[in-house]
Amino acid sequence: MSADALVIRDLVYRWPRQRAACLDIPALTVAAGERVFLHGPSGSGKSSLLGVLGGVALPERGSVTLFGEVVTAFGGRARDAFRADHIGFIFQQFNLLPWLSACDNVLLPCTFSACRKRRAGDPPAEAARLLSALDLARELWPKPAGELSVGQQQRVAAARALIGRPELLIADEPTSALDAPRQQSFIDLLLREAGATGATLVFVSHDVRLAAHFDRVLALAEINRAADGAAA
Amino acid sequence: MKAILVLALRSAWARRLTLGITLVAIALAAALLLAVERVRQDARTSFTQSISGVDLVVGARTGSVQLILYTVFHSGTATNNIRWESYQAIARNPAVAWAVPLVLGDSHRGFPVIGTSRAYFERVRHADRQPLVFAAGRPFAGSAEAVFEAVIGSEVARQLGHRIGDRLLIAHGSSELGPEHADKPFVVVGVLAASGTPADRAVHVSLQAMTAIHLDWAGGAPLPGVQIPAEWVRKFDLQPKEITAALIGLHNRAGVFGVQRQINGFAGEALLAVLPGVALDELWQTLVIVEQILFALSALVVLVGLAGLAATMLASLEQRRRELAILRALGAGPREIFFMLLVEGLLVTTLGVLAGCALLAAAVLAAAPLVQAHFGVLLAARPPATNEVVLLASILLTGLFASLVPGWRAWRMSLADGLTPRQ
Repeated sequence: MSADALVIRDLVYRWPRQRAACLDIPALTVAAGERVFLHGPSGSGKSSLLGVLGGVALPERGSVTLFGEVVTAFGGRARDAFRADHIGFIFQQFNLLPWLSACDNVLLPCTFSACRKRRAGDPPAEAARLLSALDLARELWPKPAGELSVGQQQRVAAARALIGRPELLIADEPTSALDAPRQQSFIDLLLREAGATGATLVFVSHDVRLAAHFDRVLALAEINRAADGAAA
Repeated sequence: MKAILVLALRSAWARRLTLGITLVAIALAAALLLAVERVRQDARTSFTQSISGVDLVVGARTGSVQLILYTVFHSGTATNNIRWESYQAIARNPAVAWAVPLVLGDSHRGFPVIGTSRAYFERVRHADRQPLVFAAGRPFAGSAEAVFEAVIGSEVARQLGHRIGDRLLIAHGSSELGPEHADKPFVVVGVLAASGTPADRAVHVSLQAMTAIHLDWAGGAPLPGVQIPAEWVRKFDLQPKEITAALIGLHNRAGVFGVQRQINGFAGEALLAVLPGVALDELWQTLVIVEQILFALSALVVLVGLAGLAATMLASLEQRRRELAILRALGAGPREIFFMLLVEGLLVTTLGVLAGCALLAAAVLAAAPLVQAHFGVLLAARPPATNEVVLLASILLTGLFASLVPGWRAWRMSLADGLTPRQ
């Protein structure tokens, strides 16, 4: 496995039926284990970039290489499998399947990826360890996720992203639904857990004030030449 | 795939209220379709088996459907009679095992009166060669001493409250308002058990009785100035001169077409012999349009139910965009999302169909005693017949097709939304 977690070369992405490209990134490299804060206003192409990184969207040109694998050259199923095995996602909110318990939500990646199940060892025990580490009271674990507070849900989402130690964590505005005091503590928690597993973290937010504890801070506008155009 | 299957079931369970209502709609529709199909089959069977064990029905030349209508269903009237000599000639045919004469045209308070011989009760069968059974009493004697005896069907007994020993009057003609043979009352000597055939609604008397009540009549009215009291009739020859029709059984069924040809070419008068099964089938064909309309209507109800399923699932998709995006992030492809929707649709349809079968079985069980009492037909909650299995399978298949629509939409949605659904 290469020392670079993420390498982007000459990436151009265009929304279907739109003339202007919304991503045009000549080059971007993130080292393995690096914790990157990527900021940009809404509409600067953040979600498109995450879609391309996750392999749910294909660029028009260019390549994305994750841990030495050129994922943009993969077929759809291979990209889905790669995502399941190697990437943990945390979204803005509504991260969980509300009808599953908190614990079952955390275990979901292990049902989709044999690789993450293997690395988790004993998945229920690992889920319990993560939920405890993320400070979620034990009596909440069997509760349906929909009944938890937003802050609790985000911690469950973090545990789900971390289980089975995926090499890449992608967090998309995970703190925007939290109130200010909880935002920083959630970020600290995420940084700590990512550090503990050695995962590469790409944290996307429009709020530069949260960038303090990251290894590197990137503005999407600096790397994306299409950012000032008509973007999604 | 197994993970997706489990998630599909749990997701559906989370939306059990709306899906449950859809399921109930599908269950009712499936039960309706099955019920219509079953009634259609049973009605056809019981109709075409209204008479069995009879190889040929013989009457004066007319249409075969008309002949069957008045001989089997006692509906309509014969245009012509058969001479007694012709009947005897047919009965003497070496191929003929037995013959039962019928004299029709009179009635008792709206119920048809059939003049016949005692052999009628042995020979006339219904359904799968089931004989007529006496619920009480015995056949009429048919002798000169006891002329005015009647055997009534179960419906006649039930509606008019007649019992063994009761007296009843026979009216001339088939109308309830026809003049009555008031001077010659009949005694009820037998009551038939319900058979679900026209025998339930008939009053059976002997041929001699039919002749006797018409001794002092001519041209459909009492002869003025002539009155022959009941006690005098045995002095007369009560052999009928004419009968309306005859039921015939053969020694060998294989010869039925030959005998039919002989009778149709009978030299003495213009006769018609028909195979009752064939004619009943022909008659049923005239009712086919009704059964087809019924069937089409219930098929439409099923389609409405399944369209409701597709609509429910499509509506839920909007709320499930986030759910689908989460599954995508976890590694599910559009294929798996599509599969998940198909599983849901098929699950609801399958449970709906099963519930429909159970509903029908319960309804049949609940209605069975009532139906047996009123129509003499034994309803049994039987497992679905082959054609019903085909119907059920086509409901499932249509359900699968109906869930292709939300499935396809979810596929498109998950491709377009990726990881970030538009709200």
